[in-house]
Amino acid sequence: MTKPHTADRSSSFSQHPFVRDLPPPFAASMERLAVERKYEAGDLLLREGEVAHEFLLLIEGKVALEAVLPDRPRLTIQTVGPGEVVGWSWLAAPYRWRLDARALKPTRVFSVDSDRLRTLLDENPVDGYRFLLRLLPVIAQRLENTQFQLLDVHGS
Amino acid sequence: MAVDASTLAVEGSTSPVLPVPYVVRRASRETADTVTLVLGTERGRETPRFRSGQFNMLYVFGMGEVAISISGDLEQRDSLVHTVRAAGKITNALTEMSPGSTVGVRGPYGSGWPLPRAAGKDVVIVAGGLGLPPLRPAIYDMLRHRDRYGRIEVIYGARSPKDLVYYGEIQSWRALPGLRFQTTVDAAGRDWYGDVGLVTARLPDARFDPPNTVAFLCGPEIMMKLTAQALEARGVPAGSIFVSLERNMKCAVGICGHCQFGPEFVCRDGPVFSYEEIRRFLAVREV
Repeated sequence: MTKPHTADRSSSFSQHPFVRDLPPPFAASMERLAVERKYEAGDLLLREGEVAHEFLLLIEGKVALEAVLPDRPRLTIQTVGPGEVVGWSWLAAPYRWRLDARALKPTRVFSVDSDRLRTLLDENPVDGYRFLLRLLPVIAQRLENTQFQLLDVHGS
Repeated sequence: MAVDASTLAVEGSTSPVLPVPYVVRRASRETADTVTLVLGTERGRETPRFRSGQFNMLYVFGMGEVAISISGDLEQRDSLVHTVRAAGKITNALTEMSPGSTVGVRGPYGSGWPLPRAAGKDVVIVAGGLGLPPLRPAIYDMLRHRDRYGRIEVIYGARSPKDLVYYGEIQSWRALPGLRFQTTVDAAGRDWYGDVGLVTARLPDARFDPPNTVAFLCGPEIMMKLTAQALEARGVPAGSIFVSLERNMKCAVGICGHCQFGPEFVCRDGPVFSYEEIRRFLAVREV
């Protein structure tokens, strides 16, 4: 994976759309686990099969989630933009990425240490539940997207 | 019968069910299975007036008819434009036609997009797959009368980048200051740098004032349903959302019943309906 540039914290973590409705003390605890990273177009942010140890919140740019298929070209199954998040494989065993994530243009993210984030969620179950309620629509939308692809609604 | 025979008086025909011969002036391939046909009358007369969102019945002689929406400019009176995807015997034949071929045309039929309802308001247009062609006349009209509308947001989804129709025209629309056009596809290879995902995922990026917005949706029904729900959740009144339905249309004049949808005939009462009026039928498993 391309080594990212760790950037100065120039954006407000607490104002990221995923975070801003979370309880402020919990959001502040999350922020202490986060660093800001920059990627160039074409850089891989996440690689399928590798251990998932970060939760990414996009600040700017665009990221393609790519399925890597044997003997077939890579297939982008979703793109993610500013204000959105990438990845939940860090939340459940076996904690390995199921897809590649590649920057389509210069991209900045908050990278949250997901090992410590899991501990934070365990120790704060009420806030952790609210966190999961924020994450669930992201998962639901991905599922809906997959359903559309499976049904081939635009092709029929 | 809801058909105004005077609008059908082309080349001497006064019957709403009698096809009039047209000649294919141009056939442009949009995608591997989709072609845009530009049709003119045999004697070069004016084509009938139509409203955006209406359709014609195109007749392949000796084979049969199919309902195809009109996708050209309302003000263009020397030709009729239809974009056709090869999806069966008749549409296969239509997409294989070359200039000089003859095709029967009767119409226009059905309701259109209620453009006057959108005057003074923001407009959100969401198209999926071959849902863009029925909306193109409305887009042309809005661009021609740009000062009548607020913000115009267009979101267009397709199966893959190679399934996007009017690609060159979309690029020119994108360059216009008065319209914002987003495209998204279900899946793509690495040569695609645009968005991938549902059209509903693009809605948060669209700028409009929900209570003062009119939305026109055309595409797969599940797409329109999810988009209408997302628009409602954002505050767009259900009565300001309009959808275009597709059903098996045969007579096109509300007689045969093939396109019946609840109490409505899609050919006569639609294909454009208010979402508020037909939403309960979209939830029924079999109508």
